[in-house]
Amino acid sequence: MRYSVRSLFANALSGHKNWPEQWPDATPKKSYDVIIVGAGGHGLGAAYYLASKYGVTNVAVIEKGWLGGGNTGRNTTIIRSNYLYDESARLYDHAVDLWDGLSQELNYNVMFSKRGVLMLAHNVHDVQSFQRHIHANRLNGVDNQWLTPEQSKEFCPPLDISSQKRYPVMGGALQKRAGVARHDSVAWGYARAAAQLGVDIIQNCAVTGIKRDANGAVEGVETEKGFIAAKKIGVSAAGNSSIIMNMAGLDFPLESYPLQALVSEPVKPIFPCVVMSNSVHAYISQSDKGELVIGAGTDQYLSYSQRGALHIIEHTLAAICEIFPIFKRMRMLRSWGGAVDVTPDRSCILGKTPVQGLYVNCGWGTGGFKATPGAADLLAYTIAKDEPHPINAPFTLERFTTGRLIDEAAAAAVAH
Amino acid sequence: MMLIECPVCKEKRPELEFRYAGEAHIARPEDPDALSDQEWAKYLFIRSNPRGTHFERWVHAHGCAKFFNAVRDTVTDKFVMTYKCGEARPSPEQIAERQS
Ligand SMILES: Cc1cc2nc3c(=O)[nH]c(=O)nc-3n(C[C@H](O)[C@H](O)[C@H](O)COP(=O)(O)OP(=O)(O)OC[C@H]3O[C@@H](n4cnc5c(N)ncnc54)[C@H](O)[C@@H]3O)c2cc1C
Ligand SMILES: [Zn+2]
Repeated sequence: MRYSVRSLFANALSGHKNWPEQWPDATPKKSYDVIIVGAGGHGLGAAYYLASKYGVTNVAVIEKGWLGGGNTGRNTTIIRSNYLYDESARLYDHAVDLWDGLSQELNYNVMFSKRGVLMLAHNVHDVQSFQRHIHANRLNGVDNQWLTPEQSKEFCPPLDISSQKRYPVMGGALQKRAGVARHDSVAWGYARAAAQLGVDIIQNCAVTGIKRDANGAVEGVETEKGFIAAKKIGVSAAGNSSIIMNMAGLDFPLESYPLQALVSEPVKPIFPCVVMSNSVHAYISQSDKGELVIGAGTDQYLSYSQRGALHIIEHTLAAICEIFPIFKRMRMLRSWGGAVDVTPDRSCILGKTPVQGLYVNCGWGTGGFKATPGAADLLAYTIAKDEPHPINAPFTLERFTTGRLIDEAAAAAVAH
Repeated sequence: MMLIECPVCKEKRPELEFRYAGEAHIARPEDPDALSDQEWAKYLFIRSNPRGTHFERWVHAHGCAKFFNAVRDTVTDKFVMTYKCGEARPSPEQIAERQS
């Protein structure tokens, strides 16, 4: 069923009791053309684009828990594309292009809101490096502009720009095209659209092994619901990606860390944009429900526990109170964590692997929500054509051997 | 916040006193010039990243300032044991005994 004013009206008359389920809970078939491991936004999106754009409809997405229950449902939903290097600029801008028409395409409101992302500079080094970013972005056709402290305050009134602070605001880099989207809707919208095109979504079914033939090519996956055959497997399992790669005998340059976020009690609209501050380390926006959504930095140690330590949150809130004293008396409602897969250069690995028929999309670490439509499309392309798209071609596993890194870690220094 | 036992100070102290310092027992190459690109990649970038038992380095930054090693479970975050640098990696039996 298409969602429209008409279907809304018709269902209102029957008390909203007859809405069809958005996607059926599939039982696995014996074999598929393509299996995607991990039903986050990236994996569900890849299945959707395989079916809608690349003509491969015999596809299953296999998920260990519930769809969207990984980092897709745990992130602070910041979407931006003002990355430093040419490769990244193209990658993230491709995603932002796709975000633009996504709600219409999926017939599902992902609530993409281009309210602007303002990154604050607090010292001379910040000012210089942001201006360098702005110039690099301009050359790449990516929007990004410099705001003075006064202009920053005008753009984001709750900001304290007084010069008496320990970390005064010395200006900011604003990407107007950037913003936020509703994370759950992204997973649900892709799931529904993919299911309508015949994709099977299999939940509560962890992949426990990858079977390979005598030549080493993949034959299928072992799962909690038995063996499922496929000649092509795309792994998009975020924090658990290296575990699945190990199942195929591959060692990966990944480490999984806790990343936490929290929300406040809901209040009336007060915060019009997204603000990030790398130096004092906090980022904040306000959801349409009214909660302030606040992101912290990663905990320092490896972990799959999907939770972190309280002192990280304390530190983040101290930073928020420093920049926005107006929020000092807000109460926080809840906090949570996810396991993020971090590469040494903080860029993703998206492409083929040394194992025939095995494709990977991982290493998005602390910043892959913004890339969801782009990564999904490029993973689907790579699987369908058995070769990377020019946009993801630089993001190979081999770059860690050749040394041709895409070092966004050095460029940004912190979380995305 | 985790409590971590520093094997030098022999005291359990809050995590805030410590800095994590990556996977343990990754030996610097004896003869760097002899390494192939693959071997360099392995030494520099490949990490085991296991679900479960992990060998890792910590430094008691706001205490004795000494580095030491630890065995920790990455699913529960529980420390199994800590030991001084230079001591051998605990065997699976030693770890199992500590965990029981
Ligand atoms: C607190 C927090 C804040 C963040 N903030 C932002 C932000 O503001 N902006 C941004 O761009 N990014 C942000 N991120 C990062 C972003 O969430 C991720 O990069 C992105 O969502 C990854 O999407 P995914 O679909 O690949 O992963 P996921 O949604 O994690 O999907 C992977 C799926 O694989 C499944 N899986 C794992 N192992 C198996 C198995 N063995 N078998 C079957 N299935 C398996 C998991 O259950 C999971 O559902 C944040 C992350 C966190 C944790
Ligand atoms: Zn000590």
